[in-house]
Amino acid sequence: MNYRVVGTGLMLASVGMGACRSKQVPVAAVTTAPSTVVATDDGAARRAREQFVRDSIAKAQADALRVSSDGESANLRSLLEAAVRFEYDASDVTAEGRAALDAKLPILRTNTALRIRISGHTDSRGSDEYNLALGLRRASSARKYLSDRGIDVGRIDVVSFGEERPAASGEDEGSWAQNRRAEFEILSGAESLRVPPR
Amino acid sequence: MSTSLRCCMPRLLRRLACLALLTGATTARAQDGVRLGLLYGDGGNRPGIHVLPVAGVTGDSVRAIIMRDLDFGDRVTVMPRNTALPAPRTPGVLDYAAAARLGINGVVEVTLVPAGAALVLYDVGAKQVLQRRTVSLPGTPNSAAWRMALHGASDQFEEWMSGTRGIAATRVAYVAGGRIWVVDSDGANAAPLTAGSVRAISPSFHPDGQSIVYAALEPAGSAIYVSDLRGAVRRVVAPRGLNISPTFTPDGSGIAYAHGEDFGTELYLVNAGGGVARRISIGRGSDNTSPSFSPDGRRIAFTSGRAGRPDVYIADDDGTNADLLAALSSSSQAYRSSPDWSPDGRAVVFQSQVGGTFQSMVITLRDRAVKQLTTEGANEDPAWAPDSRHVVVASTRSGVRQLWVVDTETGRARQLTTAGGTRLAAWSSRLIR
Repeated sequence: MNYRVVGTGLMLASVGMGACRSKQVPVAAVTTAPSTVVATDDGAARRAREQFVRDSIAKAQADALRVSSDGESANLRSLLEAAVRFEYDASDVTAEGRAALDAKLPILRTNTALRIRISGHTDSRGSDEYNLALGLRRASSARKYLSDRGIDVGRIDVVSFGEERPAASGEDEGSWAQNRRAEFEILSGAESLRVPPR
Repeated sequence: MSTSLRCCMPRLLRRLACLALLTGATTARAQDGVRLGLLYGDGGNRPGIHVLPVAGVTGDSVRAIIMRDLDFGDRVTVMPRNTALPAPRTPGVLDYAAAARLGINGVVEVTLVPAGAALVLYDVGAKQVLQRRTVSLPGTPNSAAWRMALHGASDQFEEWMSGTRGIAATRVAYVAGGRIWVVDSDGANAAPLTAGSVRAISPSFHPDGQSIVYAALEPAGSAIYVSDLRGAVRRVVAPRGLNISPTFTPDGSGIAYAHGEDFGTELYLVNAGGGVARRISIGRGSDNTSPSFSPDGRRIAFTSGRAGRPDVYIADDDGTNADLLAALSSSSQAYRSSPDWSPDGRAVVFQSQVGGTFQSMVITLRDRAVKQLTTEGANEDPAWAPDSRHVVVASTRSGVRQLWVVDTETGRARQLTTAGGTRLAAWSSRLIR
């Protein structure tokens, strides 16, 4: 269990630093490594730790380089393009939204050529013009979540369509909830998507 | 007080109001001279105006247009078409006694002449011609230009009758199906201004009524364009970030709009010819949209989310001295937005959430008194007519969202558009003076 934590941290760190020039290394996970590899012999512990790091990096690189199959590619695309929902008149990312954004993170880290556009949308209630500003705020909020976790902000365009492009046409809470969203569109770099390391 | 009221009232209006009282059901109150000016305009005692049949092939159209314009003006009561008043046997000689017996206070006569249309207004009470003028009728009969010229004639009659020029010779711009449309004030000649390939929004007229500024939502961002009424377009603000809700300054030299980037949309002002924009709101990361200037251009009303939810504020034109336009009751959490400052500077219309739907409201700036203008269906995005009396709203009262014109004094409403899904209307200035 401890090793899994360490491994994930290292892989994220290596992919993040090497591939995405991330400024936000998951420091907490990395620094847990020395304390979790407990050994009586200092030399043995060091060797084990170094071997683990080498193995982890090698595995991460191998995984990162592996080009996805058609089925995997479609799955990666659908994760990337999955919309993020928002509450009424709000632009904060919800718990559900965080899960959807977290699923995009490893794909964006692994595929550094990917460029995406986030479009912000609102439900039909309220001012059409204010809703355009709210839509932009939602798209920016989703972009900030990704950039705060190491994705270069230059890879993400934002645009707002307010209530102009509803996903559902009804005037009821179900439709409104579907329309309060950020959509994700792949602009480029998805020709041969690589599978993120597990 | 009686004297001053009378002094302020144009001569015919005074007499028409008096006659309306004498011939109506409120004869007893007519003896109280103090009340004449007050009773006039309450909707029950408007002067009765008869529009005489118009000779000629297009006479029926001319008469119908003018009768409808005067009716839409909400300042007079237009007598039925079949009112049996004999036409003058000789020009300028009307059977005033017959008119008075029919409850008519003023008679409108239009004669088609080679130069255009000869307009005559008879004052029944004074038994004389009150005003006459000949106006030109350009274009072929029933063309847009010809109809607009007749609307100008209607506005002239209304000015003679009431002292206030009508608003028939105006146009309304709006959004339908992602395009900007323009329609005459009587609902005729609706036509798209922008191409179907552009998703356009938020039209607003130049003060001269000859061009329209609007925003276009493009894949990479939104941009601001100005189009003349023939569709010649130039770009004022490039599609970088969010650029929306444009409006001309009252002198037409500048365009205020909302520009948004990450975490904050602020109001900016740019020269109408383009160039570098300067910020004119202090939103500190909040969303500020939908600017509308006071007539002197020194104050600005706008929607802002600076207090956590959208509300209407007014500020100086540099963003300072921002105040909430209308106080909220302590329990209220209404969403208020989309202000439009009246051309006379005295009031602001806006929309406010009332029981889940949006209604149009007007606030008088002198005393900050708020009046709800609409109740039936949702009634959004109110915009003033140049008379500072009528507003156009996007209303769902018929089951489909349409533009309706509401008289803020009487509440009377008429449907302006017939195609569905119309919204975000803006009214032009008077196009004929």
